[in-house]
Order: sequence, then structure tokens, then C-alpha cells
Amino acid sequence: MAKVPVQFTLNGSEKAEFVESGTTLLHALRDKIGDTSPKGGCHQGTCGACSVIVDGELRLSCLTLAETCSDADIRTTAGLAEGGVLQPLQRAFLDAFATQCGFCTPGMIMAAKVLLDRTPNPSREDVVEALSGNICRCTGYEPIIQAVLTAARANSQNAA
Amino acid sequence: MAIRRGRGVAAINYPTGMNLGGDPTQALVHSTPTGNFMVTLSSVDLGQGMKQIMAQICAETIGVPTDRVIIDTADTDTGPHCMGTFASRGTHRAGNAVIQAAKEARQVMLEVAAEELEVNASDLETDGEGNIKVKGAPQKSISIFDVALSAHFKRGRSISGRGMFLIPRSYPEKETGAMKPSTCYAHACTVAEVEVDDETGEVTVLAVKNVFEIGRALNPKMVEQQLVGGSWMGISHALYETTEPYYPNRDHGGTDFNQYLMPGPGDLAKTEIIVLERPSADGPFGAKGPGEMCANPQIPAVANAVFDAVGVRIDTLPITPERILRALRAQAAS
Repeated sequence: MAKVPVQFTLNGSEKAEFVESGTTLLHALRDKIGDTSPKGGCHQGTCGACSVIVDGELRLSCLTLAETCSDADIRTTAGLAEGGVLQPLQRAFLDAFATQCGFCTPGMIMAAKVLLDRTPNPSREDVVEALSGNICRCTGYEPIIQAVLTAARANSQNAA
Repeated sequence: MAIRRGRGVAAINYPTGMNLGGDPTQALVHSTPTGNFMVTLSSVDLGQGMKQIMAQICAETIGVPTDRVIIDTADTDTGPHCMGTFASRGTHRAGNAVIQAAKEARQVMLEVAAEELEVNASDLETDGEGNIKVKGAPQKSISIFDVALSAHFKRGRSISGRGMFLIPRSYPEKETGAMKPSTCYAHACTVAEVEVDDETGEVTVLAVKNVFEIGRALNPKMVEQQLVGGSWMGISHALYETTEPYYPNRDHGGTDFNQYLMPGPGDLAKTEIIVLERPSADGPFGAKGPGEMCANPQIPAVANAVFDAVGVRIDTLPITPERILRALRAQAAS
């Protein structure tokens, strides 16, 4: 089968690849481009571990075809830190002990980032709603919810 | 038909590790040329924090800052023998092995320092910040960095140690079956409060209050993290998780995450955690294994709370609405 050219921006850098038609964005990111921050949990859109941001929208990269992402602006957890300095959201996850095995963490952070980009001062219910598509096996969720609320407070203090 | 409230209590003992074959774990410790300490294990950090805890235990024993310790858990082909990372045994078994290995390495380190300082090794102490000092004369000191350089390039010594944890295997008595399956037990008690809808069979856990007795919390924040997550997982086992959710025939069972129910962030019970510390006699710095037992007492506590609410005993997990409704029907018929 003929390969399909795909070109997009990943965390601010231009990327171009030839992929088999039908290749998922998750596969393209991890195995073609080498950004392993999105995780393949269920490969059917139920666990949220593969979540990335495509043109500002939260997307499950395991259900998104790479060829539909031409010219898109794609953001992953690997692109958040600037020069080795963690963003407040990442720092809050560390400080709140919101990660154990870490497999869900990149997806959780992507979901939380989209929430905070749109709703800088979310309620607890907003956070629960935003994370409801992401499964965590270890933490019992409460530390993750607290981390997102803490990051929101840190963001608003920085903005003030 | 009504929403009925109930409260249930459960208390458990949980062994740390197991009896089989003496349950051995070994550890090796050696210094790098610049005075960092390498711990080699075959135990695994799968998110429970094994690397952090082993670094703390090694650092405390040798007398160096924790960030001077590197933990290598890479490979069971090349690492020292470990029975495995299960049975809540990691901290207890590997921790004891690391202490023994680190003590031996510390002794060599002090002997090299003694030669450099021209004193007796027994007169030396560590300051916990990377230096070795003469007791009572702290101005006479040498950095562990320099001790390691001396050992490696001048004295020809290997600052290293071997550690092993092994308990005598216990065989059951022929007459009574009595045996000693473990040397160390953690304990827990949970009170669960639930609401049961006796029309739909649906259970909502409103709150769980947990007390965990875990020996000694070597890293209190990581212990809390483990206990909060474990308490949630216990509720999940009690009410949701199974590979065949509602059907008697295995062919209808779930095959993937779509059909494997787990509570999400919107289904959290109000969770309270209290930690009691009663150091164990044979644990590293008194630690026990809290890993698995923290997910156990919620299950009988929820089952008891359901009984308290609607008067039926569910003895098959998970406690699904279907099982509750069948039990209620059977109760009404009898």
C-alpha cells in the first residue's frame, strides 16, 4: 500500500513522515517520531493514557488517524517543560504525589492542561469532569484532582 | 422502595512476605570512585517507590545523603537473587538485605578513612553530609569523596558489601497444621458507610474511615499515597471489578477495558486515613509491608455495610446491583 505523507507541528517543531494509511497518531508519534510521552493503554479509546492536544482540542491519539492531522498543531506532555523547567501543572503533580506507576500521568496532564487553558479557575466538579475519560489504577484519583486544583491556584497567582 | 443507609466494620491482619523457601532477597552495595553508592537489586520499582525507599535505607545505614545513592533494579539475569516483588515484601525483605550490605560497605569505608586519618576505625563517625570525622575531634575529618578515591586508586580496597534476608522455612506440624507463615504482620480496620437503593440494587459508598498499622512509615508521604490509592482500589474490588460483570456464562464476559468496570474520579468515597506506627521487630527500621493490605479491609466492610442497610449477605464479589436484587428477592420469598 502506498504510504501517505503527513506533516504537522509537534510541540513547536515541524515534523514530516511517511506513514501507512490507517496509522494512528499514537503510533506515528511513538514509533515514527520518537515522542513516547503518549502511552498506549487500551488502544480503543477507553483509558485516556494516549491523550494529546490537537489544535487546542483534547484527542485520543489511539483513535486519531495520523493522516487526518496534516498541518495540525500537536502538543504532548513531552513538550511542556521549557529548558528543563517544569510547568506549574507538572510541578503540582509531583508535589501532590499524584503519580505512582506514571502510566496515566501524561494523559492526565494533557486533559488537565486543556481544562486549565479554558477554565483557569475550575471547581472540583470541573476537574472531575475533565479527568473522567482518564483511568488511573494507582492513586485513587484524589491526589490528581488536588494537583490540578493546586496548579490552577498557582497559575492565577502568577497571572495576578 | 427506598434508599437505605448502612455502616460496616472490618479488621484484618496481613502478612509481610511469605514462608515459601525462606523467602530470600539479596542485595549488593558498592561505591563508585567518587563516593556515590550503588545498590544492585533484582527487586522492581513498579510505582510503589522501591527505589526511593532503598536509597533512604542505604543512605541512613552508610551515613550519606540520600542523593548519593543510586539504585539499580534493572535485570534479574545480572542482579543478586530476589524472590520477587509481591506479597508486600519489597521494603521488608530487600530493605533488610540492603541494611546488611550497606553495613559491610560502611565498615570498609571507615577502615580506609582510618588509614588516611591514621586513627582507629572504631573512633570514626559519619556526619550524614558526606564526611567522616573523628569522634570528639570533628576538625579531623575526610570527605567520603576522598575516601573513595583513596580506596580505588591508592589503597586497592573495594568499598562494598553483601546483604541477604532469609528466614528459616516453617513446616506445618503434622497433628495440628500449625505453622508460622510470616514473621511480620500489618493490620488494618475500615468503617464503611454506604447507601443502597433497594429498588435498583445500586450501592454508593459515602465514606470510608481507615486505620492502618504499618510498622514504621519510612517515607510518610509515599505511605499515605499508597494507602489512599489502595483504599480506593478496595472499594473498586468490592463493588465493580470482574472480568465477567453480570453474566453467568464465561462467553459473555468482558474481554477488554470497555467491559471492565472501575470507578472513575467522579465515584470517590470520602476517604479518611489514619496511620499507626508500631515498629516491627525484624523490619528495616521497623517497617512492615502496607502495599496490599491497604486494599483488603474495604471489601468486608462494604459487604457488612450492605447487610446493615438492606439485610442481605452478599458473599460473591463484586457486590453488583444484580446480586443484591437477587438476594433481596430470595429474602422476600423466604
